[in-house]
Amino acid sequence: MSKISELSLTKIVNGIKKKEFTSLEVTNEFIENSKKSRKLNSYITECFDEATKSAKNFDQKKDFKGLLSGVPIAVKDLFCTKNVKTTAGSKILHNFIPTYESTVTNNLWSQGAFLLGKLNCDEFAMGSSNETSFFGNVSNPYGKELVPGGSSGGSASALAAELTPATIGTDTGGSIRQPASFTGTVGLKPTYGRCSRWGIVAFASSLDQAGPMTKNVEDCALLLQAMSGYDYKDSTSIDTKVDNYSSNLTEKVKGLKIGIPKEYRVENMPKEIDDLWKSGIDYLKDAGAIIKNISLPHTIYALPAYYIVAPAEASSNLARYDGVKYGHRAKGKNLNEMYENTRSEGFGDEVKRRILIGTYVLSSGYYDAYYLKAQKVRQLIKSDFDKSFNDVDAILTPSTPSSAFKIGDKSDDPVSMYLNDIFTVPINLSGLPAISVPAGHDKNNLPLGLQLIGRPFDEQTILNLSLAIEKRANFNRNFKNWWS
Amino acid sequence: MSIDKNTVKHISKLARISLDEKKTASLSKDLTSIMKFIEKLNKLNTEKTKPLTSIIDASLKTRKDEIKDGKIRDQILKNSPEKNEEFFVVPKVIE
Repeated sequence: MSKISELSLTKIVNGIKKKEFTSLEVTNEFIENSKKSRKLNSYITECFDEATKSAKNFDQKKDFKGLLSGVPIAVKDLFCTKNVKTTAGSKILHNFIPTYESTVTNNLWSQGAFLLGKLNCDEFAMGSSNETSFFGNVSNPYGKELVPGGSSGGSASALAAELTPATIGTDTGGSIRQPASFTGTVGLKPTYGRCSRWGIVAFASSLDQAGPMTKNVEDCALLLQAMSGYDYKDSTSIDTKVDNYSSNLTEKVKGLKIGIPKEYRVENMPKEIDDLWKSGIDYLKDAGAIIKNISLPHTIYALPAYYIVAPAEASSNLARYDGVKYGHRAKGKNLNEMYENTRSEGFGDEVKRRILIGTYVLSSGYYDAYYLKAQKVRQLIKSDFDKSFNDVDAILTPSTPSSAFKIGDKSDDPVSMYLNDIFTVPINLSGLPAISVPAGHDKNNLPLGLQLIGRPFDEQTILNLSLAIEKRANFNRNFKNWWS
Repeated sequence: MSIDKNTVKHISKLARISLDEKKTASLSKDLTSIMKFIEKLNKLNTEKTKPLTSIIDASLKTRKDEIKDGKIRDQILKNSPEKNEEFFVVPKVIE
């Protein structure tokens, strides 16, 4: 029999239900894998003793009502977990223990899952390589020297290395989809408002969404269903029906119209990415979908607009870290000096850069020139998508402009790091759902993902299209285990 | 637009982040390159465009204003770097 940890989330859920193995057997195997894999640096906090207790407790009670009954799950350390340290990858929160549980993790626990640990991420989710974490770099299972992507880098690495059966991340500009693409896993950013943001450490509130990261599309549908839903505690969460993504999941996509935006064929895009995109088109044609060329003319303005909106919101959200009620505190002769020293010591370089950009664009006299301008551009980008969705049901693009890069390669030049999110950022600015599905490897045997973008609240269509791609791409995570 | 060292000092004061000279210089360089990147937007005429105010077309729901949690003062105080009985302690504000 193959190892339990090699199975998909769906197979593990079913295996526990059919008593093929116990929750404790499942949990022990993931704990063993995790302990042997500390070289990856995927975890910030391990909750192995608590997870073992929860598994034993489950095996006694055997309550199979939930969608995730008896399954241990490690989550990005951006979700507040009651009585379990939550750091957001930052020194300023290195000792913070929340008194409450985020709605999204609470939804998972209500479905019978329990916490295995808290996974590494870029500091306050600001980064595309996991290099900005106070707790150190994370390695990609595809190579020790490679980044796993970011900001949900620990999540992607742990998932691909089979340290957790599935995981959840957050995505403000690509932080789920880009690491999924870099590690050969599936990652979905839901429509803005589909999942509650309550209890998630805030980065940019009009862009942040939590979403599932899984080994395959079937698991993605299951986990999305478990975490979604209206929450009165998040006034921007939307009270609309959550589909039964799992039972509606089908690869029958015949007749669906797929848009191919010409503006995503960017300068200097590696030929392999272009080839991958063409294979994606062929897979969907083979499944009976109709391909249409479309135009999203304002695409090139998405990244500059994002780097006004996101830092502006971040500078405001991160004003709360002052060393008074929780977290790191530095010494100071007076209150202001204490604040200034605390924030200087507590925040890393990338977070400081973004707070300062945000403060600058919002400072007196500059609001119209920057923030207002960016919100106007955002309207134009959203209108491009709105118009396209009159003609097509979904849009297909590559997930990233390259495969995983080396640790240190882009960390000296913030703008070159930002360019990594060129295909993912416009979707957050427009609030749309999008998924990255692994579809091939490049010449260095590194995984590449394709992105499908859907209409608001139509996660089902992009899941179905991803399934059609998955069935045809025959993708395997074919790295050798070098870390344990 | 270049963000010179004096501007960096001004905004770091607004953002309550202390910086030494070396950091100020390196941030001046980084922020200048980021702002240059941002200024691509100036090429786009947005005179007649309305700014986006809400990303999803939905009106905000109202709810009753009721207290559903609370009475966890001691738990909350546990996270504080410095406390005295039931108070957060900060450096003296009034001389």
